[in-house]
Amino acid sequence: MKRIFAREELCIGCRLCEIHCMVQHSRSRRILTAMLHEKDILTPRVKVQESGQLTFALQCRHCERPRCMEACMTGAITRDPATGIIKHDEKRCVGCWMCVMNCHCGAIVPGRESHVASKCDLCAGSDTPACVANCPNEALIFEER
Amino acid sequence: MRKWLVEQEFVAERDVDRCINCSVCVRQCANDVHLVDEETGCVLSDSQSCVGCHRCTTLCPTKALTIKSAPQEFRENANWTADRIQGIYKQAEGGGILLAGMGNDRPWPVLWDNMVLNASQVTNPSIDPLREPMELTTYLGRKPDRIELESDGNGGVSLKTQLAPQLKLAIPIMFSAMSYGSISYNASLALARAAQAMGTFANTGEGGLHKDFRQYAGNMIVQVASGRFGVDVDYLNIASAVEIKIGQGAKPGIGGHLPAEKVDAQISATRMIPEGSDALSPAPHHDIYSIEDLRQLIFALKEATRYTKPISVKISAVHNVAAIASGCVRAGADIVAIDGFRGGTGAAPLVIRDNVGIPIEVALAAVDTRLREEGIRNQASIVAAGSFRSSGDVIKAIALGADAVYIGTAALISMGCHLCQKCYTGKCNWGIATQDSRLTKRLNPEVGTRRLTNLLRGWSLEIKEMLGGMGINAIESLRGNREHLRGVNLSDRELNILGIKAAGE
Repeated sequence: MKRIFAREELCIGCRLCEIHCMVQHSRSRRILTAMLHEKDILTPRVKVQESGQLTFALQCRHCERPRCMEACMTGAITRDPATGIIKHDEKRCVGCWMCVMNCHCGAIVPGRESHVASKCDLCAGSDTPACVANCPNEALIFEER
Repeated sequence: MRKWLVEQEFVAERDVDRCINCSVCVRQCANDVHLVDEETGCVLSDSQSCVGCHRCTTLCPTKALTIKSAPQEFRENANWTADRIQGIYKQAEGGGILLAGMGNDRPWPVLWDNMVLNASQVTNPSIDPLREPMELTTYLGRKPDRIELESDGNGGVSLKTQLAPQLKLAIPIMFSAMSYGSISYNASLALARAAQAMGTFANTGEGGLHKDFRQYAGNMIVQVASGRFGVDVDYLNIASAVEIKIGQGAKPGIGGHLPAEKVDAQISATRMIPEGSDALSPAPHHDIYSIEDLRQLIFALKEATRYTKPISVKISAVHNVAAIASGCVRAGADIVAIDGFRGGTGAAPLVIRDNVGIPIEVALAAVDTRLREEGIRNQASIVAAGSFRSSGDVIKAIALGADAVYIGTAALISMGCHLCQKCYTGKCNWGIATQDSRLTKRLNPEVGTRRLTNLLRGWSLEIKEMLGGMGINAIESLRGNREHLRGVNLSDRELNILGIKAAGE
């Protein structure tokens, strides 16, 4: 399956990926409306990791053996058999945060206000995830490896 | 005395209705113009140090930022303009030479804009480059005075004359000398890769050839400048051609200085100088004080490369450029590169950048005319440099007599340069003219290569269209063909020097 890969040598740490991720998963999908009026309920599903000059964007790796899925007690986290994407059903999620604790790269976070977990869905339904499409330096690539 | 007389040059205006306080601008500005107010969490701007590079406006996801010239105006005075007053304030505070990057930005006339091209109508057919082949291939190097052919007796003919080494260019546009040091590793890499992709040449400048770039040496011209940085026999022999840098259009008569803080381990190894030492290029070559001395260096380089590579001599366009170019050709140069006074630089004294040298248009015409008159035009190719802004400028230069052109500023602009002219500060927000690793990674070399390649492709398509319109199917047929140019709003004397007729003639 296609995954998002970060090229840390090219990541400029601008965090535009986080912004466009939030917009993509907002109700309005319009940047001004989303960021000015919906921001409190939006959680970026990609997070720029920073240590000194080293920066890179990290999101769900859609693991072969997803610890989050194993830990989920309600079956809210499932693997899409067709695409391989690890999906999170917010309706089933009870906010126990077991997935958050189990994810080895910290890619699942408690949603702001929503009390359910929040994770990358590879912008299901679009050809290119928003973070990849909007990275100004092409530091994120979406490809099969 | 506090630095309080110098007014800010720009103002970063923030549309608070559009600002989403995302801090992208804060993270992108190396000049610390934008900041997050700790109490309110709002992003604010302090425009005092804004250089107008537009990095923030370009990356702002909501286009909430606009950079404007500072609204504070000096009292109107046609003589004492704001920049002159500001210059004096800066010097009164600092007491040094005012520095500037990129090319001359004074409103000197640009003669390309006073020249127009011809096109075919009725009596001669134009050519459609989409239907018929158009030849842009250009060979740079010494051409023989005459050629002798040899028959094999069976109707076959071969060339008996031994040709001098030539550079084969798929398009008559090369990348100017920009050293690794003055520009970043990624920028240098993008130039080398784009040159290779488009079948043309990049020029190392005076900073040596990084070991990683040796794989592109088949598309690299290496420079031997007054500092002799990075020069050894391998450097000369791996390259496609060797260029002796005598002068640079932005700063004729002036040497160079790469500050010690930019000389990191990589640059130190490439330039073959100690890490953290200033890289000083003397103003003259200390072994060249005459044409005879130049001849010695040219032939030393020819010997070192076993006469397999063309040797270029780059001079800045100055008053006696025609005589100097003639001397260079007689000294053995296979290519003479002339850099006009609008050419760019990483750093030059402002007063020199803006006042010294002559425009490339007249220098090129004068040199081409002089070499023709002396019957030595075939002995060297002419490469023109010094601010080619479009394919229109390029094709006019070729019609005036250039074999090819160097583009430097245009190449940097294609990679994102916004001409803020602050290359010398080492804080290039676009990651081009800097060695700060936080900034250099802002230029993805793959993106840079693609953009440079696109630019060259675009220009070559336009050149083919213009050639076709003139009814010419090979760039060779336009070279020095000044009949295809006419001057508009030029004096008789200027027309005479340019060797072109006035429009209507």
